[in-house]
Amino acid sequence: MAPPLIPFFVLAFLLVITSLMVVFQRNVVHSALSLVAALFLIALFFIMLHAPMVGVLQILIYAGAIMVLFLFVIMLLNPAALEQRRGVWWWFGTVAALILGGLLVAVMTGTEPPPDPAAATALFGSPEMLAKSLFTDFVLPFEIASILLLVAIVGAVVLAKREP
Amino acid sequence: MVPLNHYLILSAIVFTIGVIGVLIRRNLIVILMSIELMLNAVNLTFIVFSRFLGSMEGQVIVFFVMAVAAAEAVVGLAIIIAIFRHRQTLDPSEMQFLKW
Amino acid sequence: MVAATQSPVTLDLLRWIPLIPLLASVFNVFFGARLGKKGAGVLACVAVGASFAVALYVFWLLPAAGIFRDTLYTWIESGSFQVQLSFQVDDLTAVMLLVVTGVGFLIHIYSLGYMAHDEGMARFFVYLNLFIFFMLVLVMADNLLALFVGWEGVGLCSYLLISFWYEEPLNVIAGNKAFVVNRIGDFGFTLAIFLIVSELGRQGIWTLNFMELQKHVGLLSPGKITLITLLLFVGATGKSAQIPLFVWLPDAMAGPTPVSALIHAATMVTAGVYMAARLHFLFSLAPDTMSLIATIGAATAFFAGSIAIAQNDIKKVLAYSTVSQLGYMFLAVGVGAFSAAIFHVFTHAFFKACLFLGAGSVIHALGGEQDMRKMGGLKSYLPKTYWTYLIAAVAISGVPFTAGFFSKDLILWQAYNNPQSGPILWAVGWFTAGLTAFYMFRQLLLVFHGECRADEHVKAHIHESPPVMTIPLIILALGSIFAGWLGAPEYLWGSVWERRFEQMFGVHGEHLGSLTTEISLMLVTLAIVGLGILLAYVSYGRGVRLPERLSSLAGGGLYRLLLNKYYVDELYDFFIVRPFTAVSRFLAQVFDPWVIDGAVNGIAASARGVSFLWRGVQSGNVQHYLVGFLAGTLALLAYYLGQQ
Repeated sequence: MAPPLIPFFVLAFLLVITSLMVVFQRNVVHSALSLVAALFLIALFFIMLHAPMVGVLQILIYAGAIMVLFLFVIMLLNPAALEQRRGVWWWFGTVAALILGGLLVAVMTGTEPPPDPAAATALFGSPEMLAKSLFTDFVLPFEIASILLLVAIVGAVVLAKREP
Repeated sequence: MVPLNHYLILSAIVFTIGVIGVLIRRNLIVILMSIELMLNAVNLTFIVFSRFLGSMEGQVIVFFVMAVAAAEAVVGLAIIIAIFRHRQTLDPSEMQFLKW
Repeated sequence: MVAATQSPVTLDLLRWIPLIPLLASVFNVFFGARLGKKGAGVLACVAVGASFAVALYVFWLLPAAGIFRDTLYTWIESGSFQVQLSFQVDDLTAVMLLVVTGVGFLIHIYSLGYMAHDEGMARFFVYLNLFIFFMLVLVMADNLLALFVGWEGVGLCSYLLISFWYEEPLNVIAGNKAFVVNRIGDFGFTLAIFLIVSELGRQGIWTLNFMELQKHVGLLSPGKITLITLLLFVGATGKSAQIPLFVWLPDAMAGPTPVSALIHAATMVTAGVYMAARLHFLFSLAPDTMSLIATIGAATAFFAGSIAIAQNDIKKVLAYSTVSQLGYMFLAVGVGAFSAAIFHVFTHAFFKACLFLGAGSVIHALGGEQDMRKMGGLKSYLPKTYWTYLIAAVAISGVPFTAGFFSKDLILWQAYNNPQSGPILWAVGWFTAGLTAFYMFRQLLLVFHGECRADEHVKAHIHESPPVMTIPLIILALGSIFAGWLGAPEYLWGSVWERRFEQMFGVHGEHLGSLTTEISLMLVTLAIVGLGILLAYVSYGRGVRLPERLSSLAGGGLYRLLLNKYYVDELYDFFIVRPFTAVSRFLAQVFDPWVIDGAVNGIAASARGVSFLWRGVQSGNVQHYLVGFLAGTLALLAYYLGQQ
């Protein structure tokens, strides 16, 4: 195995393990924590792939804010007493998903890589490059995203309000 | 240089795991977390292609995906809180009212 | 056979002949109550009288072998198949018109008196006018389908009138019986119509018009013609009460006597004969059917005549007599003597109507009594009724120079000369003539002569009928004598009748026998008629106990057989009605609820079951839906990947 591949495989292996832990842990808090780890690993992947800005954002927003929110809610609802049962659908779902996975893998294996990756400039993936795209080509989605966030906040507050 | 296919296969595996989680778990919060896992697998794919095509657009998309994921997680959790207040349960099989 | 070569002349007057009675009938339906019983009756009589006047006028206008036509509108138009509601008057129709409206008019007037005490008198006249309308449609139709409309219509009116006194269940049953038995005949008729249309249509001719049919009759194969005529004859046996479908006519006596006179003697029952005459060109081409018709006609004549001699109800005797006389008419048709058959229709209308109305007069006088064993000696009480009845009885027996003599002898002579078994047919007809004379004079003697055997309180109220009833009797009696003079044989003063119908039916005398044979046959017939009258006189004239002796002797069983009309109704009931009802019951109580309903309900139940199974798909559980989602996505993916 070529040296550049070793970090990849290690990280990949860890990512898969943590994903499985997210899905198959009985305790919700353990699941949440596994997800945090997975997100962290993905951020590492991002950085490896010359997207440092996005990687940092991943840690900040995803692992930092969203997961914290998840943990808040878990603690609020105190689901320790909540068990789960297994039904017939467990099998249907698993089989279907595995088929999906199989298909996707088959597709991906057959994919031809693009001819020559463009030369990665030093600035590739840097905040400057990201900001340049964001505020020129994608300014409209950017503004809409901000409104979206506002709406989400208001909505969440309304939904979770205790009824008087 | 790690070949493209490796990344893509990894992403597919993580995505599949997320799908399994959505379909199997009987806890709404875990379902939501599995959805986040799926989103992240997709994000990984985008970044990979951004790298291999040399275009920033992949990263911009990921940016937006993150924003939307945040909004969606927030609203989803609010709904879960509301449901929990009502039904004292987080089991989706206990919420089968919209049927025949 | 002479083809109809005349081209019809349009005459708008024709439509009024049936329309006036129809309008009167409808008017009486809505306003009869306001007019009152008498008013409604008078209106009805005036309507038929007007019809008669127009018919007379049309007849006067009609040249020999001419045809008038009046087309109302096109009823059916389907591709090249066209049926028009259109009236046509030629010599044959003119005769029928005069009979229907003329005799009908007299009977309407008679009914004014007979039904005067009846609550439903207005309804009676509504039905009677309606009947006249349908009968006129029947005889004036210019195509087979319109004729059939009239055919069905008179059947309907017959049913309505037989069951006129509907509060008595037996009357309703009789009406039902008439209708159902007629229906069986009508089924044959309908099949014949279908066959004609399809057979001719197969060769490109789509028509039911009589003149067109006559033109194209050569296109039909002999086998098909035989089948068609056979089916038509089935219809005729129903309507004209021949074997095997005659059983309704005696029961039809449950209706008021004017109805029996008009419908079941003079007009409706002759519709079968008219139909055969109208389609003579078809029947002439089917020798097998013709010999069957002749055989059945002769057999019916004898059969019914033999039943008549043992009946005790005054109207039943006349009913069986009608069946018997109709047998004569069909005998004539069967040997190809169509004009003779129509001639007998003509004369029979007079004397049979006279007999029935006379019987009605007797019944009216006795306050409803119909059993002849309770009558007798009415000659002194009801002189006018007696004399008209005598004249009519003499006419039907075939005494010389009465109408019945000329028409019956003509038929017998034509039958004798028939190449196939002519003499046998003649012999049956000859013997029946003797039976006819016997039962008619038996009736006459039982009712009018000897001692009055009625109950005391009935006797006290015997009264002659009012003029409104006796005048029609007198007119009909005169007709019973003189109407026949139109058709005298050649050795007397010749037949106006035959000459008039030569064009239409062709001369039927090519193979007739010699004059001496004709005269000797006539004398032989006279002999048996005289014998019959004599026997009746001997048996019933002076209260001789012969009838009792006869009926208790060897004839005891025979008497019972005849009295019970050969148990025909009972046989029909056992062999036909019972199995049929059993099958119907099975179908209604077993097959319909279990099999048919079961199948339908079964389909519904299985639909419900399947839907119940499929309901499970909508479980309300989001995760189940997501699995479905995923399955669909997989399918799409597989498809697109497979395409590559």
